[in-house]
Amino acid sequence: MSARNRELLGLLPVAALVTAGFTAVFTAQSNNVGDLSLILGAYFLALCFAAHMFIRFRLPNADPYLFPLMALLAGIGLVMIYRIDDSLARDQANWFVLALILFAATIVFLRDYQVLERYRYVIAVAGLVLMVLPRMPLIGSQVNGAYLGVEIGPLSFQPAEFGKIAIVIFLASYLRDRREVLIVGARRFLGLTLPPLKHLGPLLVVWGAAMLSLIVIRDLGSSLMFFGGFLAVLYVATNRASFVVIGLAMFFAGVLILPHIPFIPADQVGDRIDIWLDPYQDPDNTGYQILQSMFAQADGGLFGQGIGGSLLYIPGTDTVLISAVQTDSIYALIVNELGLFGGCGVILIYALIAARGFKIAILADDGFSKLLAAGLTAVFALQAFVIIGGITRVIPLTGVTMPFVSYGGSSVVANMVLLALLLLISDRARRPKREPGGLPA
Amino acid sequence: MNAPIARLYVVVLLLFTLLIAFTSKWSVFDASELEAKTENKRPLFAQQQIARGEIRSADGELLAVSRPRGKGEAKRYVRDYPTGSLFGNPIGYDFLDFGRTGIEQSENDILVGESNEFATILEQLSGSTEEGSDLTITIDAGAQRLATEMLSAAQGTDGGALVAIEPSTGAVRAMVSTPGFDPNEIPARLEEFNNLPPGDSVLFNRATQSGYPPGSTMKVVTAAAALDSGEFTPESTVDGSDGQDISGVPLANSGGFSQNPITLTDALTNSVNTAWANVAEALGEDTMVEYMERFGFYSLPPLDYPDSQMIASGPRKSNGRLTRSAFDVGRVAIGQGGEEGQMQATVLQMATVAATVANGGKRMAPTFVQEVTDPDGRVSDELDPDEVEQVISEETAAQLTEMMTNVTEEGTASGLTLFGGSTPFAGKTGTAEIDLEGLNQPWFVMFAPADDPQIAIAATLERCQGCFGGDTAGPIATAVAEELLGQG
Repeated sequence: MSARNRELLGLLPVAALVTAGFTAVFTAQSNNVGDLSLILGAYFLALCFAAHMFIRFRLPNADPYLFPLMALLAGIGLVMIYRIDDSLARDQANWFVLALILFAATIVFLRDYQVLERYRYVIAVAGLVLMVLPRMPLIGSQVNGAYLGVEIGPLSFQPAEFGKIAIVIFLASYLRDRREVLIVGARRFLGLTLPPLKHLGPLLVVWGAAMLSLIVIRDLGSSLMFFGGFLAVLYVATNRASFVVIGLAMFFAGVLILPHIPFIPADQVGDRIDIWLDPYQDPDNTGYQILQSMFAQADGGLFGQGIGGSLLYIPGTDTVLISAVQTDSIYALIVNELGLFGGCGVILIYALIAARGFKIAILADDGFSKLLAAGLTAVFALQAFVIIGGITRVIPLTGVTMPFVSYGGSSVVANMVLLALLLLISDRARRPKREPGGLPA
Repeated sequence: MNAPIARLYVVVLLLFTLLIAFTSKWSVFDASELEAKTENKRPLFAQQQIARGEIRSADGELLAVSRPRGKGEAKRYVRDYPTGSLFGNPIGYDFLDFGRTGIEQSENDILVGESNEFATILEQLSGSTEEGSDLTITIDAGAQRLATEMLSAAQGTDGGALVAIEPSTGAVRAMVSTPGFDPNEIPARLEEFNNLPPGDSVLFNRATQSGYPPGSTMKVVTAAAALDSGEFTPESTVDGSDGQDISGVPLANSGGFSQNPITLTDALTNSVNTAWANVAEALGEDTMVEYMERFGFYSLPPLDYPDSQMIASGPRKSNGRLTRSAFDVGRVAIGQGGEEGQMQATVLQMATVAATVANGGKRMAPTFVQEVTDPDGRVSDELDPDEVEQVISEETAAQLTEMMTNVTEEGTASGLTLFGGSTPFAGKTGTAEIDLEGLNQPWFVMFAPADDPQIAIAATLERCQGCFGGDTAGPIATAVAEELLGQG
């Protein structure tokens, strides 16, 4: 069977799940939900089919499983968002249209994605600018002490979602160039393999940027995601676990020390860690979101309350019980309604996407493609880990979105672009090889 | 570069395994611990979305009902109490922000509908919402209303309480504590209610939470111990002269009554303090404690009511602890006692004493549950009389009934009648002295009819100036008895 037919087949479970999901919401809330649910489901499936036809036409050799897996996540997300608020789900469906347009544009205009290497410094600067944009006067916006959003008129978006892609592109390009010197010039010192000092500079710069981002955007989660992505690319480029160990040690040392340095406004990071360690110290305020998320999971149990079956609002009010339930905390609602099994299912989908992404990296021929695919996959998987880990109290809770599942335009659009890049790399890697100057083999 | 990519994937899988482990921890392994956290309002909220069952009186009056507020997912139920303060104390209240008390608390499982995991999965599949069962309680609204009116009308007292029990089943037919409170006012006035001084307290259930010196009504227990232990018969004689030294302090008889020797029957009829003090001293502390325990003293009543709203009866030391030894047994026997063992009994306890004698010596567990009807209209539970123990022999009970009938016919309660004297009944007055200025705790315990008891009642007035049991508590008890017997 051809790759594209496998992809089409892979969309069947998505269709089944979306149909079942929307029907479940429909029956659970038939009193205040119209037949819009079924229209919305059909609309979403039509979009998926259109995207599939586009891939079939433009990237016939690309990985057949990535897109259906993404669609599965997006379908689950759309059902959950719909269950929270049908108007939010309509917005989200419209974001998918925009995301698919950018997805297609990426595939059309970056068919030869290696041109990106030429603009790596421009891209690096763009990535950094995107990250600090939320701190700019007039347009920056702050939520819970973290600066992650930008608001221009009625439009708001989270530039860090795009920043992560830019930074991975830069790192992949930069490290492809320098990997040899990093490996060859390495020395062993106190049992650790250290990179040569003159090449340590750029790495220290990235570490510094990560620390600075803690101070500038004050969000531990984003910082962890960026720095983790960097370490992943560095590790793949050099195959030196010691670099990763040193990097992580520096990162955590920075996170722990930074809040205690006078005149450095990193209290936010320290507060998040305190809440993580003991959410019960202020259960109605700072600890509220994580506690409500944990309570929602406890209420879910093994099988969950069923879609539409959990308690969403405080009775008698319009106040949602779990704060940021459609964005940060959507995983808590998933476990609440679909149980441990539902939660594990979602994590499994992320694991499968990561598997396909790393597979693409392994199949890719050139260093840049390998590093780019591995970096994008790593940063995507880390984003999922950071937010689910935050909600399950594995790590401090911070405000990144759950890729493809959370409500939010920037997240969906940026991650569709990320997916487009992975598919582009995959299409090239799996393309039937031509003999030099000859016909297809 | 392929080997590090593969290893990177292993790291990602390890991280994801961590996520699954923590999700399992919260959703399954630690779930019950999290649900029990006070910070977790979810179970409370969820119960507000269940249509709580109705509570009705035995004669069909609607006492508590859940009314829907809001729509859709914000819909919730709020409790309404149509009879207001009439049932405030036994039923209590149930409000999200103010908690739950009384029968609303003790019968919560019934009212929200007992649910198990299997039932909820079925309900989810069928899409039906949870509903509670309806409860009919044993209390008669007519008797409750009459008792409330009469206790509220009593002059010169802080308040009062009355408990009526059906002897053969333990069914509580009336439970009144005045002044009462209207549960509908709890959301607005709970704080105000909580700050009332003890004498004016309305949330306090004077029938189950107040220990009062039972005075001469305690002589019923002493007489039961005397006869049942075999040490005495109704015709046994003791010294009933006035002013004898009991535990080294002279004890006076009411009205200066003095007779030596005197039979136990006459000593009960005329409520002779010294005679019963002598009986108790002859029996000794251990026998008295044994019989008190059998009647239910020293432990919380086996009533389906919150433990926090009941206290145990018995002699209490000045530090408030119950004591089984080193008390003035002679004075405890007449419902008084000194510093090291002041006798304190609840109205519920004294009603239980009367009901036990009335039921041939068999003590039944008091109960409120008449009938439970599930949401489909099926009767899922009915009053199930529960025998606690045979406290005294049937023979002793019969002798004691005769002695107590003498009290109402020619003794301290001869001023009281049932249905104009056509129905003989057993009773015992009590007037415990609180201070020397005439502040008394008047009591009356009774059961009727004497030959086939259908109802046992205990009534008291709290800190009543110049009150005597036979004149104040007595007429209230007999009126309620007439109300309850008149229906039968």
